[in-house]
Amino acid sequence: MARYILSRLALAAVMALLSTLVIFLIANTVPGDPVLSQLGDLAASNKEFVAEWRAKWGLDRPLWERYAVFLRRLIFDGDLGLSIASQRPVLRDIADFAPATIELASIAFLLSLAVGIPLGVMAAIRRDSWIDHLARAVSLVGVSAPTFWLAFIMLAVFYGGLQIAPGPGRIDMIALPPKAVTGLFLIDTLIAGDWAAFRDALAHLVLPSIVLAAATIGLITRTTRASMLESLSQDFVRVAHAKGLKEGRIIIGHVLPNALIPVVTLGGLAYANLLTGAVMTETIFSWPGLGRYTFRSAVALDFPAIMGITLVVAVTYLIINLLVDISYALLDPRVLR
Amino acid sequence: MSSAAAEAGLATISPAAKRSRWLRRYGLATFGAFIIVGWIVVAICAPWLTIHSPVTVDVTARLKPPSALHLLGTDVLGRDVFSRLIHGARISLFTGIVVVLVSAAIGVLVGGVAAFARGRVEELMMRTTDLVFCFPPIILAMAIAAVLGIGTTNTIIAMLVVWWPKFARLARSLIMVQRSLEYVEAAIVMGLTPRRILFRHMFPNCIGPLIVLVTLDVGNAIITFAGLSFLGLGVVPPTPEWGSMVSEGRELIEQWWVATFPGLAILTVVLGFNFLGDGIRDWLDPRARRR
Repeated sequence: MARYILSRLALAAVMALLSTLVIFLIANTVPGDPVLSQLGDLAASNKEFVAEWRAKWGLDRPLWERYAVFLRRLIFDGDLGLSIASQRPVLRDIADFAPATIELASIAFLLSLAVGIPLGVMAAIRRDSWIDHLARAVSLVGVSAPTFWLAFIMLAVFYGGLQIAPGPGRIDMIALPPKAVTGLFLIDTLIAGDWAAFRDALAHLVLPSIVLAAATIGLITRTTRASMLESLSQDFVRVAHAKGLKEGRIIIGHVLPNALIPVVTLGGLAYANLLTGAVMTETIFSWPGLGRYTFRSAVALDFPAIMGITLVVAVTYLIINLLVDISYALLDPRVLR
Repeated sequence: MSSAAAEAGLATISPAAKRSRWLRRYGLATFGAFIIVGWIVVAICAPWLTIHSPVTVDVTARLKPPSALHLLGTDVLGRDVFSRLIHGARISLFTGIVVVLVSAAIGVLVGGVAAFARGRVEELMMRTTDLVFCFPPIILAMAIAAVLGIGTTNTIIAMLVVWWPKFARLARSLIMVQRSLEYVEAAIVMGLTPRRILFRHMFPNCIGPLIVLVTLDVGNAIITFAGLSFLGLGVVPPTPEWGSMVSEGRELIEQWWVATFPGLAILTVVLGFNFLGDGIRDWLDPRARRR
């Protein structure tokens, strides 16, 4: 087991390193000059000014030298460089924006498990009944509706029309954010003991997490259903029936644990996708998270920021994949052989 | 019901029951195919289906609600939403289908050659696909699209970079399965060239799952392209495109028609491809159909 984990870790480290090279090459070899998007037209027409600016950011050195500098700083100082747009260390920018995304993605993930698994299980047990059709409709629409449009519809109906949901943002516009301990508003407001703020933060999470979870609910429902049907047809289910066990006991105690193994794999990937796929949702709900930061950096051609985010995101992906592999090996010992 | 009873029932089955069984089996796929063909016809005939130009600005008629003159209302610049929607079908269908078909071609080539060649070549090719898999597709596509600059072609290129690896993985696993079968051994013994075995004998046996993935994936590609356009990284304005139309109307909650209809258009097309893909999968895999 230890050896398995170590080899997976080594592979993940190599992939993370290679991913920096990929993103570095993309950011540096294709046309698209950060000078033009960062400086105004007037400044960009002044040759001396441009040369000085390029020298300041190291854009005049050869490619491999810039990559070596980037890697050395990253490995020895954990430094991802300064964001050109915000003039702050990229790592600090990311640390500031990450909690909002983690909070949103985690709530969306819990929501999709809480809806997807029971719905998938019910659909499998009562196959071809109304609940099976409902599950199919929910998962198809969830997967087919564009996130950005769903977000608009939710806002238009529940915020604009019915006025029962709060507008965009993490908390009320006139309220002060809670004292930052974890950066997660739900936990910070609880630490501060401020129930009104907790309710406010929770209310602001409802619409964006539903929107973000929509596609994942569909995926988890489908996988749970298919995997339940597979397990239900196994011999041990017949044995359990023959032993005279109750239906509910068979489903919960015997079929479900077996059926959830593929859901673990999918769930891990889905969580990684939620963490990184929040770009659209965050843009529409003015959610101050990594997604919006990514979008702003990409549009401004802010290379240090783009590289930093891509690296952090790639590492997150690798870690979650690693955890999924390990949990898979624990759940199903045949993997190790 | 045992299979013998089902066989017996088959002989005396009524036409109505037959039709309902056909509907349950192929209904959704046929419905999906109808939606897709419908949208393709709309895309081709766009100029003859609309009376207004999709790009003509008329500030005096801005943000008019749906009426007989403007079926789906007008947007901020007084452009006809219906006309833009109809013309928008062209770009969405085109980009979705092109991205998926080209990725499938690249992926099948890489995956097929890797599975057939084995050794170092396979290792190199599959580690390359793993590398692309490290990145969440939308973020990598955003970064590439931003660097290349906006425009339909650049966005398609950005999407291709992140799109092909899943086809490479699928093709490789399919070819690996075929490789161990006896007919391939027989073909090798008969002295056929590897290229002939790969393209003439193995690919035809793998085509089913590939068609399913291609069909399901076109919907995905359409949503992703619309998403990039929504973020301003897709088409150049004033090109009528569904994602950018939703983006233009996203602040207009009172004038709901500007953003609602293009979103519905995306939803119907993507549902169409998902219905069809699901249907083809059930049809190719009878084991899955019984579920």
